Amino acid sequence: MKRFAILLLLGAAAVPAFAKPITFELPADTTQFKPGPHLDVVQGNCGACHSADYVQTQPTGPKFKKDFWQAEVTKMIKVYGAPIDEKDIPAIVEYLSTTY
Amino acid sequence: MQRRTLITASGALALGASPLQALAQTVTLPFDNGERPIAKYPQKRPMIRLTSRPPQLETPFAVFNENVITPNDAFFVRYHLANIPFDDIDPDTWTVEIKGKVNKPLKLKLADLKRLPSVELVAVNQCSGNSRAFSNPRVAGGQSGNGAMGNARWKGVPLKAVLDQAGVQAGAKQVFYSGFDGPVIDKTPKFVKALDIDHARDGEVMIAYQMNGADLPVLNGFPIRMVVPGWYGTYWMKHLNEVTVIDKEYDGFWMKSAYRIPDTENGMIEPGTAPKATVPINHFNVRSFITSVADGAKVKAGATTLKGIAFNGGSGIKSVAVSTDGGKSWADAKLGQDLGKFSFREWTLPVNLAAGEHVLQVRATGNDGKTQPDKAGWNPPGYMRNVIESTRVTAA
Repeated sequence: MKRFAILLLLGAAAVPAFAKPITFELPADTTQFKPGPHLDVVQGNCGACHSADYVQTQPTGPKFKKDFWQAEVTKMIKVYGAPIDEKDIPAIVEYLSTTY
Repeated sequence: MQRRTLITASGALALGASPLQALAQTVTLPFDNGERPIAKYPQKRPMIRLTSRPPQLETPFAVFNENVITPNDAFFVRYHLANIPFDDIDPDTWTVEIKGKVNKPLKLKLADLKRLPSVELVAVNQCSGNSRAFSNPRVAGGQSGNGAMGNARWKGVPLKAVLDQAGVQAGAKQVFYSGFDGPVIDKTPKFVKALDIDHARDGEVMIAYQMNGADLPVLNGFPIRMVVPGWYGTYWMKHLNEVTVIDKEYDGFWMKSAYRIPDTENGMIEPGTAPKATVPINHFNVRSFITSVADGAKVKAGATTLKGIAFNGGSGIKSVAVSTDGGKSWADAKLGQDLGKFSFREWTLPVNLAAGEHVLQVRATGNDGKTQPDKAGWNPPGYMRNVIESTRVTAA
């Protein structure tokens, strides 16, 4: 009991009255989705959870068009729970397939 | 005036080069669509930015030639989900809970962990998708070059010590664990990983609070992270705050569906095909790199010493062979200081490069007898690349 009281005193001396969280700020996300059809739909849906470079850095070329992007959008909805309206899906896939 | 401005800004950003130059700088990694910005983040030197939100930063490859230990300010960063309330991190109140099938659930503060006997070990952390962008055919996912890896001296408390203190109950099968960061929307599965109970209690798996003699950088998991030596980075949970012992196999998304590899001997399958069965990704395969010269470099003809690194999943490196003629002949390199079986192992080899073009290759063999293939394997997620790497140089 005595030891406990001493520890408390020591603790009070060593630790500030209010513990302080760290200050840490990430640089702002300045990445942008490229201009293309239905850009606003893409910004609103995709941009809610991740930056534009998640799209920008994917492989390019003929094998990475409609089927590839359809699969990615489906993954975002089915696997990651993206709340994308059914009607927006074709617009997003069109944007991704024609813009990247 | 301009000079002064530059110096001031340079000091503030802790950059070696001019910040204006650094801000505008990009690097082009050697694969299609490989252009990346060089970006400055707190506690980090300029890094190759793969993504901004959530952040993914790759180590510039030249760093691996500087020291066999990767400095904290150059260590790669990989988050999965973008809800990371950094400003809520308070090392004085940070608590990790040990719960589930234990006799005495614990809530341990950072100071409690630091009072326990500590252990230190040097271990490589490598992202499962390190080098994914070299997959052929290419696959979706984070398009990393070779810089999603690093080697550090970790200090902390064995997970075993903490589990023993809590008293794991009979019948325990696994622990699952998570950190304080989370998804942006509730429906996205929170990032959670699991290990078998015997692995969790092997005495090597560690709750680390120090990296290379300093606090963990915030972007590397401050104040504590899981260290799972020899296993891919996906298990090295950052900002750890919860460990739960269970008497069954954890079946959450990040174990059951994500981070799976084909259930084949080397985790690889015929390119472009689908696996018949999969298992959770686990320990590293063996890899090696030349660090002293970059692909496409021009070097002086004549005598030179090649240098590089090799590592594997924990058997340690037995030998490293180097070829300067595209794999026709091989010479054994000299291994550097042994920092432990989970560490990068430096190697060096004096060679003579006649004027002309050379394809330099390096091939490591582990103490388990496993070596690197001369043809790249493939799997759908683009994990575990370990082909013998080729570095093309021109000597003149």
